[in-house]
Amino acid sequence: MGESLTVAVASGKGGTGKTSLATSLARVASAQYERVAYLDCDVEEPNGHIFLPATLERKEIIHVEVPEIDQEKCDYCGYCAQICAFNALAILPGAPLVFANLCHSCAGCWTLCPQKAIRVGKRGIGVVETGHLGHMEFWQGRLDPGVATSPPLIDALQKRGLGPGINILDAPPGTSCPVVRTVERADFVLLVTEPTPFGRHDLELAAAMVRQMGLPAGVVINRSSGDDGIIEDFCRQSGLPLLGRLPWERRVAEGYAAGLCAVEVMPRWRPLFLDWLQRIREIVAGRGGEGSAGNCGAER
Amino acid sequence: MREIVVLSGKGGTGKTSFSAALANLAEGKVLADADVDAANLHLVLRPRVSEAYPFYGLPVAYIDRDRCGQCGQCAEFCRFQAIADFSVRQEKCEGCGVCAHICPGGAIERRPRQVGEVYISTTVAGPMVHAALVAGAENSGKLVAEVRRRARAMARAENLSLIITDGPPGIGCPVLSCLPDCDLAVLVAEPSAAGVHDLQRLLQVLQHFRVPAAVVINKWDIAVQRTREIEQLCAGRQVPLLGRIPFDSTVFRCLQQGQCYLNVPAAPASRATRQVWQALQQLL
Repeated sequence: MGESLTVAVASGKGGTGKTSLATSLARVASAQYERVAYLDCDVEEPNGHIFLPATLERKEIIHVEVPEIDQEKCDYCGYCAQICAFNALAILPGAPLVFANLCHSCAGCWTLCPQKAIRVGKRGIGVVETGHLGHMEFWQGRLDPGVATSPPLIDALQKRGLGPGINILDAPPGTSCPVVRTVERADFVLLVTEPTPFGRHDLELAAAMVRQMGLPAGVVINRSSGDDGIIEDFCRQSGLPLLGRLPWERRVAEGYAAGLCAVEVMPRWRPLFLDWLQRIREIVAGRGGEGSAGNCGAER
Repeated sequence: MREIVVLSGKGGTGKTSFSAALANLAEGKVLADADVDAANLHLVLRPRVSEAYPFYGLPVAYIDRDRCGQCGQCAEFCRFQAIADFSVRQEKCEGCGVCAHICPGGAIERRPRQVGEVYISTTVAGPMVHAALVAGAENSGKLVAEVRRRARAMARAENLSLIITDGPPGIGCPVLSCLPDCDLAVLVAEPSAAGVHDLQRLLQVLQHFRVPAAVVINKWDIAVQRTREIEQLCAGRQVPLLGRIPFDSTVFRCLQQGQCYLNVPAAPASRATRQVWQALQQLL
């Protein structure tokens, strides 16, 4: 078909069952659709491989550009250090210093150096790995410990892994740069929450983020106790579609501890996931041509 | 002055519930919520805000339309695709200022952008510093540093000897901002395949920055074998184990009502947490 649908699973916060849900969705989708790719974009703590034990076939080190100073040409004028907004350069008399871990690769120093004394060097920040589980494509990024900036690695992962068919993006927790970078390329953001004041608070933040970005979104309640009023109210008020809920099951928690995702423990939940996927396709198709200017599924 | 930072490698391990419990047990301390992306400690401690300060991220580029000659060099040089149609998409701008330097007409300058607020509050458990970040904003590491800076200032001003910081999840920028001058990282680990994996990565980071760590295992009885794995991991790396907190439905019930589980003193989790606090005091 060549048709493609990219769904990001996000939660505002860790521990809501995002990875269990995203890996379940990928498993269920891959039994139904021709090409399904799962991308673990939580590069700080990639956990998807625990629930989708793919055989990893390829690994690529991802680099970012950093300055390298040619001591022969440098006249220690200090201009690069003066313009670097991230304090990644210091020019001591006779000794230019580069703090590569502070560099944002903005290219300012090597573009503007009056002596043309700065070369473009590179620094590894982590790896992108890929493999298969059955015919499902599995992708993950792993940030090197001690590296502060994950967005370039998320970018590299998505550039390689996104393709035709269904792409499931497992987003990092929170609502800041790594999450924004992850959901940017998604057609739909599936927000996972739990029916507690914590869950609602984090959902509010995540909903504000997707609204600001103009992405369509919907909510799934995990660990539903039957009384989900606190989340239902929010969905009504904010116009976010509630796609469904998964009940609280101790067996699922135990399965999670053992490295099993929700649908492996509860195969009878499979139709729920397929149903959500279908609704997501409809919502996204219904917006066709509208571009990204809409406001977060508020039409529903 | 000592600072404990509670970390977890990942959200959902019970870090905030545990931090709130510590807040109730310790005396003479300042509380800091450094999980600025999704601050939650206030849901349990219900602070009364007494002071609020704007927080500015790195300055972002601003184009003066009157002086812009529409040459397009800024967009061409921008590494972050933050300039389109001769205007700046603020959420993409990293504030490097390269555009301002190369603009031939001098039409671009950098202006500070408010991306959050820092609050000083009072709670029943003591003074608290917390913050809110505009959704989708960057620089949460810098905001974490600001929360910690104010917590320290408050501890000094009020002559309090302990700071308890509820840290952010992960191992990236916001977590790294918690490490300078931190005396002890208390890691809340959960016994699951993912939990063991996250703990290993977090310990690697702490070792790299030479921050002393201690571990508490939460919900330990949900997967006894994994708990043993964590204990062995700690023993192998000579990381002290503070104790184990059992899975206890009291914790979830209290959470649903925004309460600290220590309010139910006889609950197994409360008992275990008091023991953990005893062990923790030995390390301070």
